[in-house]
Amino acid sequence: MALLEIRDLHAQVGGRELLKGIDLTVNAGEVHAIMGPNGSGKSTLAQVLAGRELYAVTGGQVTYQGKDLLALSPEDRAREGIFLAFQYPIEIPGISNQYFLKAALNTVRKHRGLPEFDAMDFLDYIREKVDLMKMETALLNRPVNTGFSGGEKKRNEIFQMAVLEPTLAILDETDSGLDIDALKLVASGVNLLRGPQRSMIVVTHYQRLLDYIVPDYVHVLAEGRIVKSGGKELALELEKSGYAAFGIDEVEEAVGKA
Amino acid sequence: MTAAAEQASAWLRNFTEQRPSAPWARELKAAAFARFGETGFPTTHEEDWRFTNVAPIARTVFSAAAPAEADAAVLAPFAEGVRLVFVNGLFASAASEVPPGVFAGNLTEEAAAYLGRQAGLDAPFSALNTAFLADAAFVRINRGVVVEQPIHLVFLTTANGVAGPQAAHPRTLIVAGPDSQSTIVESYIGAGSYFTNAVTEIAAGPGAVVDHYKVQMESLESFHVGSVYAGLGRSANFTSTSISIGAALARNDVTVTLAEGSEAGLNGLYLANGSQHVDNHTTIDHAKPHGTSRELYKGVLDGKATAVFNGRILVRKDAQKTDSKQTNKNLVLSDDAVINTKPELQIFADDVRCTHGATIGQLDAEALFYLQSRGIGKRQARSLLTYAFAQDVADRVRPKPLRDWLERILIEKFHERPY
Ligand SMILES: Nc1ncnc2c1ncn2[C@@H]1O[C@H](COP(=O)(O)OP(=O)(O)OP(=O)(O)O)[C@@H](O)[C@H]1O
Ligand SMILES: [Mg+2]
Repeated sequence: MALLEIRDLHAQVGGRELLKGIDLTVNAGEVHAIMGPNGSGKSTLAQVLAGRELYAVTGGQVTYQGKDLLALSPEDRAREGIFLAFQYPIEIPGISNQYFLKAALNTVRKHRGLPEFDAMDFLDYIREKVDLMKMETALLNRPVNTGFSGGEKKRNEIFQMAVLEPTLAILDETDSGLDIDALKLVASGVNLLRGPQRSMIVVTHYQRLLDYIVPDYVHVLAEGRIVKSGGKELALELEKSGYAAFGIDEVEEAVGKA
Repeated sequence: MTAAAEQASAWLRNFTEQRPSAPWARELKAAAFARFGETGFPTTHEEDWRFTNVAPIARTVFSAAAPAEADAAVLAPFAEGVRLVFVNGLFASAASEVPPGVFAGNLTEEAAAYLGRQAGLDAPFSALNTAFLADAAFVRINRGVVVEQPIHLVFLTTANGVAGPQAAHPRTLIVAGPDSQSTIVESYIGAGSYFTNAVTEIAAGPGAVVDHYKVQMESLESFHVGSVYAGLGRSANFTSTSISIGAALARNDVTVTLAEGSEAGLNGLYLANGSQHVDNHTTIDHAKPHGTSRELYKGVLDGKATAVFNGRILVRKDAQKTDSKQTNKNLVLSDDAVINTKPELQIFADDVRCTHGATIGQLDAEALFYLQSRGIGKRQARSLLTYAFAQDVADRVRPKPLRDWLERILIEKFHERPY
């Protein structure tokens, strides 16, 4: 059984159809890269999978671990092991990063029938991940993402992922805006999590990330549809010749987004 | 007798049946009662009371507050430091030693020179309070004295066997000498159905630093009307923090008059739920040049609660180089809650910097989704974000015990603590 099975998924916002029939199967242990021009619907797909209500699903099915994913609340999806690293992580003044993460981890642990962590257990548990992601203590104590640099926000997303240990991680342009050192950190955080039971959907514009996180499949999304799928070589081709070589018009969608 | 006449005669009876007042206070009280007789209770036709209907207060016949014992358990959270306790407006106890250079106790004749100077008799509720002046919290800090510990004034209203609602008129007078530094905390608590009509006057001498807190935690069946009047000397620094959580109907006024180079910080947090109504009116009077004021009021409204924020900033002709900033932010958690927010800037000087802004918002859907996407349930996510909204006002509370206590209250209110 596939871990995630998306069938003919349609979604819209304000009467505008953004996903126009997506089909995608992700098996346990696989890494799928999704590429595509600006405004093609990559983030929409990622957010729909995580349960963002803003997007109305108007057709199709999504099955995750044999369950109807679309019937679950966002928090239940997270508890069942789905994690979305946001393209634009939200700043939440007034809630400390550490408190937030402990609350999140404990609800997930509770759901899995594990005992909740107190403050000490939690610090022990995250120590190794803090080191791995080179998270300064200051970042942990600060309000969630508030005043973080672009790179710090992205690192924080992957740090959260490392702590929550999801089964299906969806990374939405986690590489954008990262310097090369930060990119390596992010990649090592991701690779640490790779395993036969874990799967990933990696949305990116750049081959650069895929040098570190080598995908099993690459898909091209354009105007709300997957128009091409292939192996990791597809990303290299795209990098070389651009989307136009595939008959995909970039400009119009980019303007549409602005 | 008409209802109105019955109420008027009840107030008159209460007034005349007071225990005899000190000779020096008699004239002031008589003038105050006469003044109240002229104005009566305000109605919603008056601009200042447009959104707050005090008819429920006006039509209730209150008995005069009677002496009662304070329950030790009720007072437990206020145990630390210098503490004065007033029960039903009457002086009950002073709990601990007062530091040198400080007087903190019941009203003395010495207070006569200051009493009524800030409050005046124009505001009907202040006139009413003055008419019923009996005991009062009197705090005097001598020139140059720095008081480390907060001075806590606790005003408790309790029925203690008296049938029917009582009216208590707590009065506070704070005289902060030049270059003195002090922290004063007023807490209003109580049980049952009653009316608290409080007036606080603060005279801050030149260079004095006064950090004032008012915590309104009255019973949910009560009415609370309270005014804080502060007059600042040259270069005095005054901070007012008004936390309003209790009462069925609460009206909190803060009026500050600045002198040359003085600084005023006005912080407020109001939480209202169910059918609570809370009204905050503030007036910052920049009477002289080079004054600075910073105002931040935040409100959280749920259920069918209604709230009012009216922030008046007056910059007089003389008050050049005034620097004033006002912010009012409201978080509205339900469809039925209502907030009326209004800045009222009256600027007669030309070389000034005055900014103001008001927001009314719901919980941020994106932030909510972010928390949920990490496994945090919707309810918990909502309470976390609500707490987070109120956090920055709570952070400004300087005395740690008070800040901790407020955080506990907020947690109880919102169930969650994000730190
Ligand atoms: N809330 C919304 N309201 C209206 N339009 C939206 C909304 N969210 C997304 N869209 C539109 O849907 C289209 C797809 O957006 P999406 O964010 O999924 O693109 P993307 O492929 O992630 O682009 P990028 O590479 O720039 O991140 C865009 O045209 C965008 O403007
Ligand atoms: Mg995107």
